[in-house]
Amino acid sequence: MDYKSNKAWLYLLPAILFLGVFMVYPLIDVFIYSFEEGYNSASQTSFGVGAYNYSYVLHDPYFLQALKNTFLLVIITVPLSTGIALLISAALSSIKVLKDAFQTIFFLPYVTNTLAVGLVFMILFQKTPYSDGFINNIIGFFGGSAVDWIDGPYWAKMFVLCLYTIWIVMPFKILLLTGALASVNQDYYNAARVDGTSKPRIFFKITLPMISPTIFYLVITGFIGAFKAYSDAVALFGTDLNAAEMNTIVGYIYDMLYGDSGGYPSYASSAAIVLFAIVLTITCINLLVSRKHVHY
Amino acid sequence: MDNSYDQIKKNASARTRALNIAVYVLLGFWALMVLFPFYWMILTSIKSYSEYSSEWVPKLYSASPTFQNYVDAFTTVNLSRYFLNTLIFTLITTGAMIIVITLAAYAFARLEFRGKDLLFTLFLSLMMIPNELVIITNFQTITNAGLRNTFTGLILPSITSVFYIYLLRENFLQVPDELYYAAKVDGTSDLKYLFKVMLPICRPTLITIIILKVIECWNSYVWPRLITDDEAYYLVSNGIQEIRQNGFGRENVPAMMAAVVAISVPLIVLFLIFRKKIMAGVSRGGIKG
Repeated sequence: MDYKSNKAWLYLLPAILFLGVFMVYPLIDVFIYSFEEGYNSASQTSFGVGAYNYSYVLHDPYFLQALKNTFLLVIITVPLSTGIALLISAALSSIKVLKDAFQTIFFLPYVTNTLAVGLVFMILFQKTPYSDGFINNIIGFFGGSAVDWIDGPYWAKMFVLCLYTIWIVMPFKILLLTGALASVNQDYYNAARVDGTSKPRIFFKITLPMISPTIFYLVITGFIGAFKAYSDAVALFGTDLNAAEMNTIVGYIYDMLYGDSGGYPSYASSAAIVLFAIVLTITCINLLVSRKHVHY
Repeated sequence: MDNSYDQIKKNASARTRALNIAVYVLLGFWALMVLFPFYWMILTSIKSYSEYSSEWVPKLYSASPTFQNYVDAFTTVNLSRYFLNTLIFTLITTGAMIIVITLAAYAFARLEFRGKDLLFTLFLSLMMIPNELVIITNFQTITNAGLRNTFTGLILPSITSVFYIYLLRENFLQVPDELYYAAKVDGTSDLKYLFKVMLPICRPTLITIIILKVIECWNSYVWPRLITDDEAYYLVSNGIQEIRQNGFGRENVPAMMAAVVAISVPLIVLFLIFRKKIMAGVSRGGIKG
């Protein structure tokens, strides 16, 4: 038995080692960092222990900007992308011809490099001295005036960021929702049809409750994913997100850690813990709400 | 009587047809939204620089397609270097991870030891830890170890994944115990049993995990950006960012788009080959969005 036990631990050793060094230890360490005041990366010393780092971060205008951007992004993209994905999935499930082709096309953004395709979005929206850009041409065609979507007003930049985020997250949502729609037992629909139930009523009284666990799962992962937005913003606005007023919380963490404004792991840690607290709170609220509305 | 029945039937079928058209219009619209950026990057990548910059209103076709941009993308900037780095990074990370998670999953599924349930619960609870929380210390660890701008530093933190251990363990548990006892009677060692019996049976799950990991590696941006500032170790994501900030000069969009196409093609080809597997895998274990 002892020999067998040892063998099992031997099998587990690499995993435990890696998880210990790169997950468990950092998890403890990040809390320590966040309370060490005036920590210096080079000499690895600090002045003392306290909550100053949190106070600094929470009063930093760049962090507040990042907080505002992230919340806006979450509030706009999560409901919109889930709603549109539901609409598209419902449409997909109702057809037979070309269904496979549409499904394949809709999945494409999932397998693309966020940074690379973000560059294409930037080019499409950007207004340069050489050209107004494709999107502005379309707006011009309908009689509107050109807007600089990448270096222009705040709302325009936010719009592009939201649009790109939705474009990126859509495949995952469509995939899961079409799967959920396909797994609803046909008997319910047949029974409803015999009773002469109208289509909207079928949708709201049968389909929606049956797929509510999937919708709920997508809302939770959507919230978490959107709160961690970063590389989409980098793809569109470049690495200096603070200057573009388009930084996100995660972007703030990385900027504090590394780069031109970097070298402050303590501030980065505090910001990371604030982010974690926000995500945890929102997820708990989601769980509470879902108890009332999700039918398992 | 007949007339009104026909009328109702006609109305109903007209309504169905209208709905059908609306459905296809909606799907077609979204397909266009998805495909247009891809079309745009390919189109721009085959326009010559002079053709591109002379168009105040960009045309939706190219009068004189050229492949010069692709040549530029691989000669002017170090695109082939970024490709090679990403390939090395992806292969080693995925390979090492498969070994680590297979051993761990096997121990949890097949071997008996004290504290197994407790340890497994601990492992599962680690799934909730967001990467952003641990990346700060990892950055310090790797920096202090002098592993910045090395493949070791790039690869080490992403060799384990609790979620994939979980996924593989679930699959291992479905392999009937009888096989194990039969192998034991024949004097097969655990390691041999694992590699000759378990893994071949669980190949579909293994392939799913490999594909998901490859996609993740190919697109990883944050960690490589933190840990490399030497161009010789850039991965494609960092490479494209570098190209964008100071590669061809900001105005040479066609060459940039050629680089973008070159970076996008491998994963899209992989996707078209393993379409069913990837989609099934993502709906089981994908996390993005």
